[in-house]
Amino acid sequence: MRPADVLRFAAGSATGSPLRTFLMVLAMSIGVAAVVVLTALGDGARRYVVNEFSSLGSNLVIVLPGRSETGGFNPANAITGTTRDLTVEDAAAVARAPSVLRTAPLTIGTSEATYGGKLMDVTIVGTTADYLAIRRMEVAQGRFLPAANLGQSMSVAVLGAKIRDELFGAEPALGRMFRVGDRRYRVIGVMAASGQGLGMNADEVVVLPVEAAQAMFNTNTLFRIMVEAKGRESIQRARKETLEILMARHDGEEDVTVITQDAVLATFDRILGVLTYGVAGIAGISLAVAGILVMNVMLVSVTQRTGEIGLMKALGAPGHTIRNAFLTEAALLSATGAIVGYLIGQAGAFALRLALPTLPAYAPGWAVIAALGTALATGLLFGVMPANRAARLDAVQALSKR
Amino acid sequence: MSLIELTGIERVFTLGDSEVHALRALDLSIGTGEYVAIMGPSGSGKSTLLNLLGLLDRPNAGTYRLEGRDVTTLSGEEQAQVRRERIGFVFQSFHLVPRLTAAENITLPMMLAGIVAAERNERAARALADYGLTDRADHRPDQLSGGQRQRVAIARATIMRPAMILADEPTGNLDRATGEDVMELLEGLNAGGVTLIVVTHDPVLGSRARRRVMMEDGRKVEDTGAA
Ligand SMILES: Nc1ncnc2c1ncn2[C@@H]1O[C@H](COP(=O)(O)OP(=O)(O)OP(=O)(O)O)[C@@H](O)[C@H]1O
Ligand SMILES: [Mg+2]
Repeated sequence: MRPADVLRFAAGSATGSPLRTFLMVLAMSIGVAAVVVLTALGDGARRYVVNEFSSLGSNLVIVLPGRSETGGFNPANAITGTTRDLTVEDAAAVARAPSVLRTAPLTIGTSEATYGGKLMDVTIVGTTADYLAIRRMEVAQGRFLPAANLGQSMSVAVLGAKIRDELFGAEPALGRMFRVGDRRYRVIGVMAASGQGLGMNADEVVVLPVEAAQAMFNTNTLFRIMVEAKGRESIQRARKETLEILMARHDGEEDVTVITQDAVLATFDRILGVLTYGVAGIAGISLAVAGILVMNVMLVSVTQRTGEIGLMKALGAPGHTIRNAFLTEAALLSATGAIVGYLIGQAGAFALRLALPTLPAYAPGWAVIAALGTALATGLLFGVMPANRAARLDAVQALSKR
Repeated sequence: MSLIELTGIERVFTLGDSEVHALRALDLSIGTGEYVAIMGPSGSGKSTLLNLLGLLDRPNAGTYRLEGRDVTTLSGEEQAQVRRERIGFVFQSFHLVPRLTAAENITLPMMLAGIVAAERNERAARALADYGLTDRADHRPDQLSGGQRQRVAIARATIMRPAMILADEPTGNLDRATGEDVMELLEGLNAGGVTLIVVTHDPVLGSRARRRVMMEDGRKVEDTGAA
């Protein structure tokens, strides 16, 4: 029997029982579509988080006061467990490290801003001029904090876009005096609207010189020091130098935690990657179920077509021809199911992207290939048993069955 | 040289503890172009004999020579090839594939033999014309009468130009007049040189054959044309 004829014959017997074929294709396509959609969702979430982190600024090393909890219990710390303040001077010292491009100290708090009788709660960010470059932010009007505050007034502020709109409305804000807490500040700049950033929205902050913010919150310690390494390759060196400098300045005590953005990113990347594999696996189970369904339906088909199989044998079809015909039919059904499922899955991912425009919900290539491969493999695998049964049927008995 | 040469054929079916001797010590020789009716009561082993002749079944003992070649020792694959090329079957219940049209049912053996589609279609069209089925070519079996179905089945059995046609009660599901037509068709083929072996209960049909083999309890009890 010619291969083309085997294919035509198998296609004929598949279309000969439309309901059976429809159910099998449906089961297979649901499995494949589930893999495609769920991995699109998982991988989309992963890419979303990675992108968001990248928007924080690149080559970032972050210093937190205190020993990291993740380091576990440290007996040395338990004895001499005094945490020194993380200071503006620490930030300036780290900035002189060879692998470090610049640093920005960070003090965060909340306060009330008032202007012209309007009052609103705002997030205060106390920092220095380099913060702008480290966070890759832009100023829409005026300018950011001056590089050196020496001799200049500390009473200046840069407004987030949303604060500017809500506090000043249609009035020009630049150069105006307004109050934060019980002090007055002059608006020297307005940030460009970004709407981005994890954790806090950069549009809803008031940026003050770090000394002013520390005075306002009556604290000497910083919330963070943001450190930008000179390049991607020097991130780890910058981290090491930062730690050495701070330990030296803190009497040899390692009382700070230095994390790299890379590490955070890698962790999220890994967690969400594993999650994607997980959902792919769960969806894959439905493919296995589909495979078992294929087997059952094929077995029923062999039973129903016993007479036909007997006839084929009488007409001179050897066992392997009959096995090939049934295997080809199983392969055709699962291939059709895989293709239909792939199309449904891509349509589903497209719908996801329409519904959640910020989520890059594209099924990863490996998932699509794995889903299609698994569908074909299970279809064939579970088709082998029915095909063998058909091939082994006794011709005389098959013919006598009516 | 005889076409078929059976010597000392035994066929025993075991059902649990009991054994059924469907064929015992059977010797039979049939020449090329003969017309043989195999007759006998129900359970006498007629169908078993025909299945053996058609290589659908193997004897427990004895040898079967077909065209001088011992075919009992052939592999399943080789037997399938012999069936494909030398043997045509006609069944009581027609055994047409329900989803295939008359023309497609006739092409089936040629497809199994690996003949290209163009030649298949041409030969099928000729066969359909020969059997007066041209206007039924695209009909499925359930759209055909019993007589038409059996004619399609006969066209299918002869399309590979076999040496012999084995028919097990070919008229069993047909009324007398249609059965007559079918027998005439088969006898016409025999007149053209094909060996025809027909199993039948019907003494009237059996008397049409030039040679009658009577079976009883697995034994050949009478053979009008024994060589
Ligand atoms: N597969 C089988 N298993 C067990 N016994 C069988 C089998 N096939 C046939 N037999 C037995 O062998 C004997 C001969 O059967 P066979 O079918 O050849 O009879 P037959 O002459 O064709 O009868 P009928 O005229 O009713 O078709 C019967 O006793 C039958 O029960
Ligand atoms: Mg019988």
